[in-house]
Amino acid sequence: MTGFLFFIAKTTAYRILVVVITVVITLILLGSAMDKLLTDRIRAEVVEATAQDNIQFKTLSQRQAYVNEQIQLKTKDLGLDEPWYSPKRFVNTLFEVLTLNLGRSNFFTSDSGSSNVSDIMIERVPKTVLLFTTSTVIIVVIGLFLGTYMAEKRGSVLDKSVSFVAVVSNSFATFWVGMLMILLFSFTFDIFPARSTPLTSPGDPFYLLDLLYHMMLPLITLVLLSFTVWSFVVRYFVSRVLDEDYIQAKRVMGIPKRKILYSHALKNAAPPVLTGIVTALIASISGSFIVEAVFDWPGVGKLLYDAIIVMDIPLILGSTYVFTLIYVMTMLIADLLYAYFDPRVKVSS
Amino acid sequence: MKTSESASNFNLLIRRILHTKAAIAGFFILIVLAAMTIYALIAVPLESFSQWNDPGFWIDYPKSAAPSWINSLLPETNLPNHMIFGPSDAKTQNSSFGGIPTNSFLYDIDFGYNSFPTDFIIDYCLRYGDIPPVIQVDVTRPDGESFMLYNSPLPSSAISTDSTSSNLTEYCSRTFSTDESIRDNLQAYTGLFHYSPDLSSPQNMIFSELEGQVVLRGNYLFNITYYLFGAEDKVENTKVILGGKVYGLMGTDDLRRDLSIGIFWGAPVALFVGLTAAISSVIIGMLYGLLAGYKGGRYDEALMRVNDLVISLPTFVFLIILSITIGSSIYLITLFLVIFGWSGIARVARSLALQIKNLQYVEASKLMGERDIRIILRHILPQLLPLTFASIALAVPAAILAEATLSFIGLGDPSIPTWGSILHDANTASAAARGLWWWILPPGIMIAAAGISFALIGSAIESVTNPRGGGAQSKVRFT
Repeated sequence: MTGFLFFIAKTTAYRILVVVITVVITLILLGSAMDKLLTDRIRAEVVEATAQDNIQFKTLSQRQAYVNEQIQLKTKDLGLDEPWYSPKRFVNTLFEVLTLNLGRSNFFTSDSGSSNVSDIMIERVPKTVLLFTTSTVIIVVIGLFLGTYMAEKRGSVLDKSVSFVAVVSNSFATFWVGMLMILLFSFTFDIFPARSTPLTSPGDPFYLLDLLYHMMLPLITLVLLSFTVWSFVVRYFVSRVLDEDYIQAKRVMGIPKRKILYSHALKNAAPPVLTGIVTALIASISGSFIVEAVFDWPGVGKLLYDAIIVMDIPLILGSTYVFTLIYVMTMLIADLLYAYFDPRVKVSS
Repeated sequence: MKTSESASNFNLLIRRILHTKAAIAGFFILIVLAAMTIYALIAVPLESFSQWNDPGFWIDYPKSAAPSWINSLLPETNLPNHMIFGPSDAKTQNSSFGGIPTNSFLYDIDFGYNSFPTDFIIDYCLRYGDIPPVIQVDVTRPDGESFMLYNSPLPSSAISTDSTSSNLTEYCSRTFSTDESIRDNLQAYTGLFHYSPDLSSPQNMIFSELEGQVVLRGNYLFNITYYLFGAEDKVENTKVILGGKVYGLMGTDDLRRDLSIGIFWGAPVALFVGLTAAISSVIIGMLYGLLAGYKGGRYDEALMRVNDLVISLPTFVFLIILSITIGSSIYLITLFLVIFGWSGIARVARSLALQIKNLQYVEASKLMGERDIRIILRHILPQLLPLTFASIALAVPAAILAEATLSFIGLGDPSIPTWGSILHDANTASAAARGLWWWILPPGIMIAAAGISFALIGSAIESVTNPRGGGAQSKVRFT
């Protein structure tokens, strides 16, 4: 048991390290852009404050000198006189990003009217997580059952057609399929709304229902695109296990087919299935982010899309950080599941 | 002796691959794509490619027009074609109006469609002196009614800074059907109609029956008259453009761009990104993995730690940040894809190197004192050629998709049309909710077709060379 705990601690530490490294590289790349943004903002603030304070100046140059002095004072106050790569400032910024203290957005506000990036994020994250986890759970369930069934019925029409669709749909762009869904279900048949932003306010008693109704189209898109690929992965590994001698032996012993399939074969195929599924899952995180932009689902992905159009650096940083967290969390959960299903991991560590 | 044997083995392998259904289908699609590339390079003018994001270039095209072949598919809708009438289509007439010389252009336009044009544009270019000419546009309908649409002096030449050596100024402009003065002028004729016409789209009123909002078919006479006040004043060009609802092979988008040009030029761009990124990633990954596996020990450990890290980084985030900060030209994007694309295949190559390095012939060459890099390149890598080709083929769809995704979120190369950026524009214009299917279907189908062709070829190579191979797991991913 302690071995397993140690494994958990080690894996978690490694994944946290990945987050830190990602943010460090991001900050190195964005450093000068963010510096420029901060000094621009200080300049704007000072100019505005000078105008509001109604200080009288004799000449324009006097006013300019005053403004410059104020800017310098403020820059020093905030520690911006050092370049962004000075160790003190860099560590400071790193810590701020890691704690989601990302300053203010230039263009966007949260529903409550705050332009703090963290406030905006806190509103958006649950919706992204809701869409992503719901679709993942549905895909996993369909994938496991359909994949195992296909492994049993190898060479059947169902097996062949799902495998074919899997190869084909792997090349489909998620956003394109999303647009097709809108074309089909919103424009041609007016079943689901084209914009997935619910119209009721969050306080409304029917808000949750409305939200789920608006989530249907992005959800269907994600499930449709992935379930065949996942079934195909499950089928591949389960069918390899089914060929093993011990499974054949169980058949001879007269253990019911269904029990062999779902408890013996599936369980023994679990570690490679997990690896395969995680590869597919990780590829689908970006897809789920982008699908938000197609459907106007009010999550972080849609925010990132909008932030890129107007180049709102704090929001881009915030959204990509949230993406990194979701990404790393997914990998961590996969690691732990892998360890659970593969006893060797527990023993060796 | 040995080389000829392996060569014939190789030929046999190729022949077996080419006989699989998947490979035949894959190569067929690939040939279509190659044909599109060649067509784009030869037949589509390079100008339209480089001017893709310059709205001025596309101004003479119709706005959001469907492909013209839908008229033959659905004859009863009979949507209007895009019509451009130049000076040569007009009957010119020089006369004078109260002593002022006039220059008229009469366009006799036969309009026999079931649906209104989307808009109309009057395009003109004049050269004139101190007193600006006046332009007047009248239209006489098939039922004899005549509307005065537009009457306005051109700006005085003093405003124009572009004066040539002579004291004449050249002035070119366009009057759109959305022009406010057209709406004001039409206001006077609303009484003729038995319904209240919508003045925000004047073309619907001009081309409508008086009884109801149905197209009045027949010959329309557009009369553009220029009142010229200077002896040397001259009309250089005048055009009438009736915006069609159908245009060309693939229609146009909201910015009037001919989508077929974007689709055709998208093919070489996608093939370039896909192939370059895939080939470079796989070669780098192969060498990296083989080096790690072959050398072993601490060397292996260090290389694989780096590899593990690169695999676990969120590529999507880095692609976004890199294109924002460093740049988003198509070459840079390809480079970014390679930076993260090599890591998956490196792991596979390493595990294979661990097996191969203990084979006798490798040990023998080592004993003979061959250098490591030479052993890897000459003895190990050739063994893995089928795997390399399969991996490259399977990596191409991933690279094409990654580039399309980046373009879709608005970080693609801004200077050229790509399938992803066409879909980005379609998404910002909410083309799907508006039912503009011709803007959405072709780029997505192209992305999918390009991906599928390589996926089919890759799986054919894999199934022939390594029947129990990786199957569904493609070893290279970019996002």
